Amino acid sequence: MNIAYAYWRTGLALLALIVTACLPAVTSSYYLLGVLTTAFYLAVYAMSWDLLFGYAGEVNFGPTFLIGLSAYAAGLCNTFLGWPVWVCIPIGTAAAMLGGLALVGPALRLKGPYFGLVTLVAVLLLGHAITIFSGYTGGEIGLALRDILTLSSTGNFYYALGLMAITAVVLRIVVRSPLGLILEASGQDSVATEALGFSVIKFKVLAFMLSALFSGLAGAMTVFYFGTASPGTVVVVAVTVQIIIATIIGGRRSIIGSILGAVFLVVAGEFLRPLGELSTTAVSILALLVLVFAPNGFISVFGRRGAR
Amino acid sequence: MAILEVAGLCKRFGGLQAVDEVSFAVESGEVLGLIGPNGSGKSTTLSLLMGVVRPDSGSVQLRDIEIAGQPTHAIAKRGMAMVFQHSRPLHRQTVLENIQLALLPDTIFQLCRAKQLVQRAREVADRVGLTAVLHQHPDALPFAFLRRLELAKALAADPAVLLLDEPFAGLAPRETREFSDLVVSLRGAGCAVVLVDHNVKAVAGLVDRIAAMHAGRKIAEGTPEQVTGNAHVREVYFGKSLDTTPQAPTARTEHDGRRLLETRIESVHYGQAEALRGVELHVDEGEFVSVVGLNGAGKTTLFDSILGFVGYRGDIQWRGNSLDGVKPAARASAGIALCPETRALFLHMSVRENLDLGGHALNRQARVEQRDQILKLFPVLAERASQSAYTLSGGEQQMLTIGRALMARPRLLLLDEPTLGLAPLIIEHISDALEQLQQDTGLAILLAEQNLTFAVKHSRRIYLLETGQLRWHGEADRFVAEVGADVL
Repeated sequence: MNIAYAYWRTGLALLALIVTACLPAVTSSYYLLGVLTTAFYLAVYAMSWDLLFGYAGEVNFGPTFLIGLSAYAAGLCNTFLGWPVWVCIPIGTAAAMLGGLALVGPALRLKGPYFGLVTLVAVLLLGHAITIFSGYTGGEIGLALRDILTLSSTGNFYYALGLMAITAVVLRIVVRSPLGLILEASGQDSVATEALGFSVIKFKVLAFMLSALFSGLAGAMTVFYFGTASPGTVVVVAVTVQIIIATIIGGRRSIIGSILGAVFLVVAGEFLRPLGELSTTAVSILALLVLVFAPNGFISVFGRRGAR
Repeated sequence: MAILEVAGLCKRFGGLQAVDEVSFAVESGEVLGLIGPNGSGKSTTLSLLMGVVRPDSGSVQLRDIEIAGQPTHAIAKRGMAMVFQHSRPLHRQTVLENIQLALLPDTIFQLCRAKQLVQRAREVADRVGLTAVLHQHPDALPFAFLRRLELAKALAADPAVLLLDEPFAGLAPRETREFSDLVVSLRGAGCAVVLVDHNVKAVAGLVDRIAAMHAGRKIAEGTPEQVTGNAHVREVYFGKSLDTTPQAPTARTEHDGRRLLETRIESVHYGQAEALRGVELHVDEGEFVSVVGLNGAGKTTLFDSILGFVGYRGDIQWRGNSLDGVKPAARASAGIALCPETRALFLHMSVRENLDLGGHALNRQARVEQRDQILKLFPVLAERASQSAYTLSGGEQQMLTIGRALMARPRLLLLDEPTLGLAPLIIEHISDALEQLQQDTGLAILLAEQNLTFAVKHSRRIYLLETGQLRWHGEADRFVAEVGADVL
């Protein structure tokens, strides 16, 4: 019965993917495609963050440290060196992975909230660096890029959808594999996991690398989607909060949950746009309600065993 | 040559020599019991063996290979396994998957499960009697099964040496027997077992040899009978004088027989674990009563129930009225004061502020009077009145805890392990103060203690609590003669 249920879920996810992929054929609304493109990138951030927080048990308050590193590394290479988009994106991703590696040290030494503080400081440092070198980075205003991914809304939509689908499949394979089991165990009780003979450090490094890989890819692609890199879109704490809310209202330790949460958050934000400044408040209240009444997120509504 | 050889193992935490020159050896197929009172260093010794804590010096040889100072996972791979006292299984996975986890190789390159994995996990589960619950999730299982799950995980890699940290804590007597049988069956499989517990009795039927520890040192080693008969061991558990002649208790104010507290607790549960069962006891006005028992016997839970911090089935009466539905704060104002085991002082406040907070319900004048009385009782606190509580020594902190509780002018004082970790001289001071207190004020005291010397010296009556149940109750002077041998 369990297996049948799993097939049913996979089938449903595939169906949703196909329906979504057909959207550009039935609608010509650039607005809708644009909104969904943003949502898909947010979904990739959320999934990557959940791999660290939900599975590996690392309280990372600085997902934008990895995203921002990648976004600016890619952006600077494009603007100042004139390198093409398809070179800049891997460079940005590599920068994010180096950043992820830098976080492994503190993650192994510090626990819970203390590591969280380190990641927050990392984001602040990145923000300051962008301000200090505003001659290159454009500071608060942002960095205008020479190139973009594509002019076509449909093209951008498919890039984002493709990245999201690949991320979801890869991460799902990982968390469902024996590897994911060890990762989850070391997140829950690293001493007991070591005592079973697993060198936890290896698995933590891998988790950080995977998280950095996908958030880096998404970060770099986001700036080439917008044509600019600015702290407001890839660094500030507000972005972190969005990622965290998307993951939590969708359902921690659930790949599909992160996607649902991200799409919901972005779409709800658009619907509430007429409220002006109030829209942020409204979304926050909505997120709080979900947290209080369905603490395991949307995904728990689908009858899945609760995450603990 | 023994499979595990420990020599001169030392570990220091700040000012505390937690493990001091400990040496022992275990053969294949042998079960060694490591016993000692709270804080004697036995659990730390296990952590040192497993590499969870690094030893300062000393040697640990497993199959003739030095492993001291190696990382935990490396020690595990060499054939050491440990069952921790507090288990945290994966809650979203089934029992079978939890066992599979322990069977996985230590590599990141594994995206598919090996075919034999499930079969091997089933075999391990069968060995520890988990076959019936393979597909259940851990949070749906009784506590005893979780312990078995931890054992299954530890056995998965066929360890040469198995370390068990208080394997029977929280288990009911029948579950304890079943779990003991499991451990005995390992002996046949050639596994060496080191298990930690508080006293000889709990492990006597199970172990081949016992090493007793006190204050970080090994004080005796031998068969259970030899260790029980060892003079040093008896002294550590009973105190010097008690063993030969029961000392006439000095401070026993005649109580006027009015019932102050009466408990009829049917049960207290923490999730799956039953912490108390059928505890009926009473304390009369002005009486000094002790509840003795080992760590995990349920003493603190009893106090928490009396104050209403935990839910219980049954009834607790205070001066003839049921406390059912009465909140902890109201129980405290009714005249029950608690000195918690952890002391729970406001460490960054001064001694005087701590006392004043204890007497917050009194008016200004009464508070000053009460405070003066307490400072007279504990003169050393008067000297330290304006110091922060964290600058006090352990003994002074304990005095302050008692003083703060007394500020509320209680009728009954609940004292939870006041002698824990204190030097004999300090215990003497506190002992004198309690005697004085009873003579002067006629306060009733309910004491929870592992230190039997201290409990027997002061109490009129004693209750012996064992795995959540009352095992014995009677006058203090009958205690050593009737159950003394059992609690060693």
